[in-house]
Amino acid sequence: MSLTLREVALGLRRAPLLSVLSVLTIACSLFAFGLFGLVALNVSEALRHVEERVEIRAFLADGTPIEAVSAAVGDIAAFPEVARVDIITPEQALARARKEMGEFQDVFDAAVLPASLEIRLKPGYRDPTTVKAVAERVRTYSFVDDVRYGEEWVQKLYSIRNIAGATGVVLGIAFAGVAVIIIGSTIRMTVLARAREISIMRLVGATDGFVRRPFLIDGFLKGVVGGLIALLLAWIAYTLVNRTLGIQSSFFATHTAVFGVLAGGVIGLLGSALSVGHHLRDV
Amino acid sequence: MIRFSHVTKEYPRTGVALSNASFRIGKGEFAFLTGPSGAGKSTILKLVYMEERPTSGDVRVGGIQANEIKRRDIPIFRRRLGIVFQDFRLLEDRTAEQNIAFALEVTGSSRDAIPGKVSRLLTQVGLASKGPSYPRELSGGEQQRVAIARALVNDPVLLIADEPTGNLDERAMRGIFQLLRDINASGTAVLMATHNLGLVRRSEFRVIEINRGQIVFDSADSSSPPGGNDPPPTDV
Ligand SMILES: Nc1ncnc2c1ncn2[C@@H]1O[C@H](COP(=O)(O)OP(=O)(O)OP(=O)(O)O)[C@@H](O)[C@H]1O
Ligand SMILES: [Mg+2]
Repeated sequence: MSLTLREVALGLRRAPLLSVLSVLTIACSLFAFGLFGLVALNVSEALRHVEERVEIRAFLADGTPIEAVSAAVGDIAAFPEVARVDIITPEQALARARKEMGEFQDVFDAAVLPASLEIRLKPGYRDPTTVKAVAERVRTYSFVDDVRYGEEWVQKLYSIRNIAGATGVVLGIAFAGVAVIIIGSTIRMTVLARAREISIMRLVGATDGFVRRPFLIDGFLKGVVGGLIALLLAWIAYTLVNRTLGIQSSFFATHTAVFGVLAGGVIGLLGSALSVGHHLRDV
Repeated sequence: MIRFSHVTKEYPRTGVALSNASFRIGKGEFAFLTGPSGAGKSTILKLVYMEERPTSGDVRVGGIQANEIKRRDIPIFRRRLGIVFQDFRLLEDRTAEQNIAFALEVTGSSRDAIPGKVSRLLTQVGLASKGPSYPRELSGGEQQRVAIARALVNDPVLLIADEPTGNLDERAMRGIFQLLRDINASGTAVLMATHNLGLVRRSEFRVIEINRGQIVFDSADSSSPPGGNDPPPTDV
């Protein structure tokens, strides 16, 4: 084991430029990956926030008896998709409108707003199809005049999220692929730089596993160091964005960050396993 | 020790490098492999240390058959051999003793045993005081001695030498040859490829001559006239 570590150290010492290059390319790939991850994280967090406000508003016909409304509220609250149902009386509606409109509150003085039911859905049931289905069911009550649920708005919200998700997956795979290729080829350069040593090792009877081990450790360490640098860069970018835009966006949770750094190690390990395996098969 | 039966080796692009070669080399024997450049000497040696596998025919070395050994077992097999080359193949950034120790470490020698063994080997090849020297600080003959010491780390039963004196002047060459004789005298078989006909003629050792991939002469088989092929051996 200590021989292996000495081999690793020797490799670093002998090809410092190549080592720095490897680490930096790993760091850059993971940084790009991390930046995208941060955007995705914040977009989906923002969406979740907005999504919580998805609601169905059922406007009630004037003069609907309160008993009928209560019964309907009970029914609707029992729908599996529904989290809660609130009755908004005309007075409440007016108060709310005034509050939201601020300086224009006088305009509402004379207005009579209809009573309505405000229906909020459970998480997981806030997609356009479910919202629409629930809205249609609510519409079947005879005393319901109109149902609004911001069809277009809900639809738009979901397409933004879907596009963001798909872009994330595509870009993520592309970045990971590029990272593996870059790491594989930088390690391959290291392997070629040490081809003579490898051939001598094989000559004196070193097993393939023995020959491979220092390169695997090398690749893993470079991946981890690259991952740490990427994490640092991502954090700097995150801080700068927060400061410039004056917002408070979210950063990766600790376990996600650890996972990302380890992923760097695994990518480094994979890249070197591939190139060393390739080399050993060739000689 | 070594048995070739009807061995043919064909390389992908260059074609047949060795054709229908049969010979045997016994335990503790010393044999020269001679012939012009491109004759197939190195090919025979690579077949012996199983760097290459025969296209057809049977290669058997120390009871191991080339067609049967698994790729991953070849390193273990090689630990029973010592191999030296014309270009020494030392690691330039390690001293003589580190080069020798390297071979011991790579093959899993115990830590404590290494320094003692390295200094014994250096003494055996006549370089007792050169341990801390780097290859570039050593003459060609001295570098080849380090390479031989490295080849001896695992007490090989067979030493394979591909033109070990090719890069050396006359005096250094004699020194290396004497060293190989001493190693042979202590029981290790030696198979040495060389261009140096003077060396071959002056010695009493067996000579296998090859030309264009064919064995054209084998001094162990006096009935075989130059240019003919040996009959296949019957057993090992
Ligand atoms: N790895 C290889 N791939 C393809 N052809 C090869 C390979 N090694 C050797 N050859 C071919 O096999 C033939 C014999 O080569 P070999 O190296 O055995 O000759 P040699 O007797 O050792 O020559 P020299 O005295 O110059 O070292 C040559 O024609 C050579 O081109
Ligand atoms: Mg040769």
